Amino acid sequence: MGDPIGTGAAPRGTLIVGNCQAGVQLASSLRELGDTEPITLVGEEPHAPYQRPPLSKAFLKGEATADSLAFRSHDFYQTHRIELVTRERIVKITRDARGGEAVAESGRIFPFARLALTVGAVPRTIPLEGSELEGVHYLRDATEAAVLEQQLRQARNVVVIGGGFIGLEVAAGARASGKDVTVLEAAPRLIGRAVSEQTSAFYLQAHRRRGLNVVLNATVVRLVGEHDRVAGVELGDGSVVPADVVLIGVGVIPRTELAEQLGLLIDNGIVVDAQALASDGVTVAAGDCANMPNPSISDFGNGRLRLESVQNAVEQAKVAAATLLGIPAEHKTVPWFWSDQADLKLQIAGLNGGHDQVVLRGDPDSEKFSVLYYRAGTLIAADCINSPLDFMAVRNALHKGLSVPADAATDTSIPLKKLATEAPALSEKVTTP
Amino acid sequence: MPTVTYVAHDGSETIVDGFAGDSVMETAVRNGVPGIVAECGGSLSCATCHVFVCADSAELFPPVAGLEDDMLDGTAVDREDNSRLSCQLKLTDDLDVQVTTPETQV
Repeated sequence: MGDPIGTGAAPRGTLIVGNCQAGVQLASSLRELGDTEPITLVGEEPHAPYQRPPLSKAFLKGEATADSLAFRSHDFYQTHRIELVTRERIVKITRDARGGEAVAESGRIFPFARLALTVGAVPRTIPLEGSELEGVHYLRDATEAAVLEQQLRQARNVVVIGGGFIGLEVAAGARASGKDVTVLEAAPRLIGRAVSEQTSAFYLQAHRRRGLNVVLNATVVRLVGEHDRVAGVELGDGSVVPADVVLIGVGVIPRTELAEQLGLLIDNGIVVDAQALASDGVTVAAGDCANMPNPSISDFGNGRLRLESVQNAVEQAKVAAATLLGIPAEHKTVPWFWSDQADLKLQIAGLNGGHDQVVLRGDPDSEKFSVLYYRAGTLIAADCINSPLDFMAVRNALHKGLSVPADAATDTSIPLKKLATEAPALSEKVTTP
Repeated sequence: MPTVTYVAHDGSETIVDGFAGDSVMETAVRNGVPGIVAECGGSLSCATCHVFVCADSAELFPPVAGLEDDMLDGTAVDREDNSRLSCQLKLTDDLDVQVTTPETQV
């Protein structure tokens, strides 16, 4: 057990900057681990922390609100003595090893002994003529989602710029409710950052079957307006795709401005070690903003990664809470992701980086199949489409350091669960049981 | 007001007042009940809200179906006859439910 950070200092307690999945988990974990010092969780949004994944799904169907998506009840914060502060954007932080203070835009000052940054990410913007037009949206928070939901309801033609998870989820939902929807993707394939060519190709076909208009290798020239409102998207070939609503979903950028003020090392996010400690050795960071060594890729690349997922935010926040209290902790769970697009459920287990073999299990035309990724003969990840049994089997196998022989995995009559076996060489490195 | 009793693997009990329409999972998570993780927030993607429903409470809910059935086959602690994903168990007025949470969810 190490020394807790920030004990004996003049200011007391932990300040967590960022009202989000990682922030609320960090606060909860501090209490679960027995911390009795004050905890303040501060963020700029008007809502108590809520789940973001439904913003591009159920929320846009009018089936959820920021309140219904809240992680914790107000009673929870009170009983656990977590001071929840909304509508305060922290703009300046100063600190030394004993503590420091954070200043909000309003001038309100938050002193702290321990500091955690769960500041998340902001949508990547593209400099595009017409971006200021009414009807052009980015999607990150519940306020933006509420406006988008309103506008989608009245829209006939919807254009989504960016064929990643967010873009396709919104596009598939709008299409299912009868809109004419076009997805413009600059790359030669969909979801290129996360999945293999096989999975990309399937999603292209599946969305086209559902009537989605998908343009790959698309060049967006400008957004065309009519009376301050968007009316279309002009492409490189001069054609204009009509649009009442445009959603731009081209990824996110980690928020690092506060970390920069503190002089912390930044490299695609706030660089932290396996204990979630930033380069000053006292500040912790977790979630979408943090670039952390990941045990699932300890033998691959530089072994570190910035992930944007619920599982990652939760896991890193638990580690960060333990570190603030001087309790040794490490990653335990396998990275996993999900994306619901129309009636297509994608579940991804593991990280496919550096795969040298891809095995197809099942028939993509049946819209129920899995893509298994191998590195040096060992299973490292899988994309499972409408195949929860495969997903659960792979996630559990990776968690236990097991593999599935590639030649046997193609036989869909045998459950993957039954095929899980001791992994060859890589097993010790691939997971941390 | 419905009441949910969560019995942890070690036998400790947490009793929570819930609201009709909320799930057994949401009621647990909002109140910080240990033993239910629920990473996917109820979208049937993670199977980390696995519970064993007490015999008296079992018939209060519609039976296991489709996706839930598949996901239950892969829970961290093996399923039993009374296994459910608690995100699929909706509370109704004046309904008292008791569930036991498994040793681990991941």
